[in-house]
Amino acid sequence: MAIQQEKVVQDLKERFVEKIKEVSAHFGDDTVVIERDSLLDIIKFLKAEPYDFAMLLDLTCVDYMGQPDRFEMVYHLFSLSKNLRLRIKTRLPGKDPSVESLTPVWKNANWLEREAYDMFGVRFNGHPYLKRLFMYDGFEGHPLRKNYPLRRRQPIIRMRKQDDI
Amino acid sequence: MLLNMGPSHPAMHGTTRIMLELDGEKILNAELEMGYLHRGFEKTCEHKTYFNLLPYTDRLNYVSPLINNCGYVMTLEKMLGIDVPERAQYIRVLMCELSRICDHLTALAAMTMECGAFTVFLYNMKAREFIWDVMEQTTGARMTTSYIRIGGVRADLHPSWKETTHTAIDETRKVLKDVSGLLNKNKIFIDRTRDVAVVSPEMAINYGWTGPCLRSTGVSYDVRKAHPYLVYDKLNFEIPLGERGDNFDRYMVRMKEMEQSLRIVEQCIESMPESSSPTQLMAEGIEPADAIKESRSKRTEKRIKLSPNLEGSEKERYKGIMTDSKGQIIPPKEDTYTSIEGLISHFKFFMKDHGIRPPQGEVYFSVEGASGELGFYIISNGTDKPYRLHLRAPCFHIVSALEEILRGHYVADVIPTFGSMNMIGGELDR
Repeated sequence: MAIQQEKVVQDLKERFVEKIKEVSAHFGDDTVVIERDSLLDIIKFLKAEPYDFAMLLDLTCVDYMGQPDRFEMVYHLFSLSKNLRLRIKTRLPGKDPSVESLTPVWKNANWLEREAYDMFGVRFNGHPYLKRLFMYDGFEGHPLRKNYPLRRRQPIIRMRKQDDI
Repeated sequence: MLLNMGPSHPAMHGTTRIMLELDGEKILNAELEMGYLHRGFEKTCEHKTYFNLLPYTDRLNYVSPLINNCGYVMTLEKMLGIDVPERAQYIRVLMCELSRICDHLTALAAMTMECGAFTVFLYNMKAREFIWDVMEQTTGARMTTSYIRIGGVRADLHPSWKETTHTAIDETRKVLKDVSGLLNKNKIFIDRTRDVAVVSPEMAINYGWTGPCLRSTGVSYDVRKAHPYLVYDKLNFEIPLGERGDNFDRYMVRMKEMEQSLRIVEQCIESMPESSSPTQLMAEGIEPADAIKESRSKRTEKRIKLSPNLEGSEKERYKGIMTDSKGQIIPPKEDTYTSIEGLISHFKFFMKDHGIRPPQGEVYFSVEGASGELGFYIISNGTDKPYRLHLRAPCFHIVSALEEILRGHYVADVIPTFGSMNMIGGELDR
């Protein structure tokens, strides 16, 4: 009872008519763009039978600086039993880059979201421990944002100002 | 009691710090701190051209650089729609499998050495030397190879590759036999690894585990079988599985996988398509200066003696190992030296805003890395630099489970557990 890739997308479209903004297939990878508020519902729908997307392959963020919805969250799901891959994307506004956390659904979302928070400053509602992952605590800014200069250097310990001495 | 393990602890492979909350020797809580090896790989890639960023991928999983090269290059080929000649595909498979053996040997060497089996470490390193000889002969480097290029491979195999590969296979087999003899029924080793850090299949899937660690729990998933790439669908090999998902199974799956990889290497030797070019090293020919002089008056077709650095990338050899789609590969050096069209296409390849420019869009492609599914997610905006490049590092997901696994175990269990996960700093911290 193999489920075809098209059927998953078709079912998604029927089930969440208003929440699906766009469906595309770049280079053969099926992509579904959804509304931000329906993320958890759609993920849970896909994780359950019969689609069984049991694995969160990857989670990342893209910064489209200059566009109205600046950040884009990208989720790669994988169904072990059906051998299907699916990409879910959702846009976040630059002023309030926050989205529901997937930690209740997948455990590896914990670190992946911490990485996205570290690198892009996206906040995840409901995340149990949103702390920087690669950078240290006193680090200023989010390095993978497009407006963070490539060669900007930061001292690990804050430079002492003249007045402090 | 709070105990810091790392960042400069000999058992923390790269540089990772584990903060342990202890009650006696029992671990109540663990927290990992990483990023000590963070080099900004993704940020750097956004500022490099597609061709230029290849050497950076060597430094991700530095024990098996060829698989990283292969993963990146194949992602791009999926975008560009390039077909690779069959010989190049076989060479890639050969190199990937040799790297996989290297990676497993290193992972087990480190894991067992930290448990006190120093002999195993030395044996494994010996076998790795023989495999690295094969790689060095062909790629010119032992670790940072940058050998697999967009559209094919950098150079053809060395004329005597078959002999060295056979030696490497024989030596590795011997070592594997010795190591199995030393460890498989070793009371000390079994006591430290059997039923320690047991991971259930559900938990492994929930954490996004892939590779040998997932298969040790009994879940059969291998990218080479599930989404076959290159010529893996033509080769015979099995996917070894574990039963309990403990440290010992993770050791055992790696040992068996090396056997399978050796099988693949042997099949590659047998079914490798013949090279289209003569088998001897192509050092002879006229001097480049003479060729340039001659090309001023007429078009020269003579063979040029290229510098040893360019050995193997002669026009004659390109046929079997490089794609023929123009603009995606470095033009042959003979053309660049002797004809104006060749020189222009050389400039066009390396000039800013020219060179490799994939169509707009985004792509995800993954290969089976040594420790799991190694995926690249590339977004192109039509220029010669990636808009965004994201790496799905296999050991990121595996190590993220460590905090939960360690809870309830003893301090001494940290070492084999951490070792069996094969944490690679370069890939984890990027």
